[in-house]
Amino acid sequence: MIKTDVVIVGAGPVGLFAVHQLGIKGLKSEVIDNLDKAGGQCIELYPDKPIYDIAGIPECTGEELTQNLLEQIKPFNTNFHFNERVQEIKSENNTWIVKTSKDKVFSSPNIIIAGGVGSFEPRKLSVKNAEKYEGKNIFYSVSNKEKFKDKKISIFGGGDSALDWTLELSKISNVTLIHRRDKFRGAPHTLNEIKKLEKDGKVSIKTQYQLSSIEGDNSIKSINIKDDKGKEIAIETDYILSFFGLIMKLGPITDWGLNMDNKTIKVNTENFETNKKGIFAIGDICTYPGKLKLILSGFHEGALASVECFKRARPNEKYRFEFTTSSKDIQARLGVKTK
Amino acid sequence: MPKITYIEQSGNKKTIEVDKGLTVMEGAVQNNIPGIDADCGGGMACATCHVYVKEEWFNKLPKVEDGEQDMIDMAFEPKKNSRLSCQILVTEELDGLIVTTPLKQT
Ligand SMILES: Cc1cc2nc3c(=O)[nH]c(=O)nc-3n(C[C@H](O)[C@H](O)[C@H](O)COP(=O)(O)OP(=O)(O)OC[C@H]3O[C@@H](n4cnc5c(N)ncnc54)[C@H](O)[C@@H]3O)c2cc1C
Ligand code: FES
Repeated sequence: MIKTDVVIVGAGPVGLFAVHQLGIKGLKSEVIDNLDKAGGQCIELYPDKPIYDIAGIPECTGEELTQNLLEQIKPFNTNFHFNERVQEIKSENNTWIVKTSKDKVFSSPNIIIAGGVGSFEPRKLSVKNAEKYEGKNIFYSVSNKEKFKDKKISIFGGGDSALDWTLELSKISNVTLIHRRDKFRGAPHTLNEIKKLEKDGKVSIKTQYQLSSIEGDNSIKSINIKDDKGKEIAIETDYILSFFGLIMKLGPITDWGLNMDNKTIKVNTENFETNKKGIFAIGDICTYPGKLKLILSGFHEGALASVECFKRARPNEKYRFEFTTSSKDIQARLGVKTK
Repeated sequence: MPKITYIEQSGNKKTIEVDKGLTVMEGAVQNNIPGIDADCGGGMACATCHVYVKEEWFNKLPKVEDGEQDMIDMAFEPKKNSRLSCQILVTEELDGLIVTTPLKQT
């Protein structure tokens, strides 16, 4: 069991800045995110798009903002637990016990939920028996490509993941790339290489088709794809790889007994505590009258929540408001050399 | 105010007045119309505001841009008349617009 002052659910921009606000007050935090990296929506949905409304930063991309936030919290040596989803929260002797999908357990007086619109998960295929084959014949990411050697693979999608894996797997397996349009979103040079392979008969490309059904018993035997006019063709298939991006799923957060309003958690605006003492919600996931889903609002919310977290984690100490420019304590925590 | 009709797959139908300058997505969210999730808040990054636009209206809308088309690829059961409702701006000309929401968004 990992003991800490605050468990932060979500490593989006708001969760990251909360680490800072807690850190300068001398509080340790542990951050858990379902993604394989920090940055939330900024890194997953718009890494290259410029943001123009971060106070004091005229322009920075989603990726740059993430990098800067990580740089800013470096002095606190925070532990990140990636590829893990927070599943369960329960109370034991006045502390919160947090459990992840990898059965890691945390104990802490405070939990800050900075979960955005939920955890990012791959968008699944919607045909009816897709679930049955998931993890067996259907994959939404590739962890071990050897599995696909000399097999028949049907790859769905029009973006970089679909194109990159088509190119890569065509070296060892028999690949069909299927996309609903003629135009691909992925890098043109990758597409060109794939088209060359198609000419040599090493890859097959089917455009303007979508998956209509899967045939098989214990494992997949073939799939049927359909065009706009309803014309169907069958393709012998051992494995399906599907790359339709990520979606956000609120998931287990709804089971934690919090006051929900649609897909958000109600908080008070004094310290962003939820209806449960010691559980806070900040950033896109919280709601209160006038809430704006902006990064800058999330930063403010984290600052206020951190004060209440301090009071709960250090009941015998007095909270003092301090400036980073003048507080020796804060500067020591930041590792700043003072004259 | 322009009237917009939202039809669910079940046939349930709601017609509401939406302020000019809002998007068809915002009109739905602000009026608790089911079937439109809009998880990214209009950022054209989630495709959970996907709708089908009645043929006669589809051609009257400004053309679909590449970025929107790319996102529609990822939507649930896209068709020829698919649009992202966060990219349709409500104007006087769209008075009477009819959109159908898909069976589900994810
Ligand atoms: C295209 C686009 C453009 C935008 N432009 C701007 C802009 O210009 N300015 C602006 O201020 N805002 C902008 N936004 C909004 C901004 O990105 C969000 O307000 C911000 O990302 C919210 O940060 P967050 O940390 O609250 O949540 P998120 O960034 O959503 O991060 C939440 C994280 O929590 C994780 N998580 C959730 N549940 C769990 C769980 N149970 N277990 C583990 N991990 C979990 C998720 O995987 C995710 O990584 C834009 C959004 C989009 C989509
Ligand atoms: S609201 Fe996300 S794409 Fe329209």
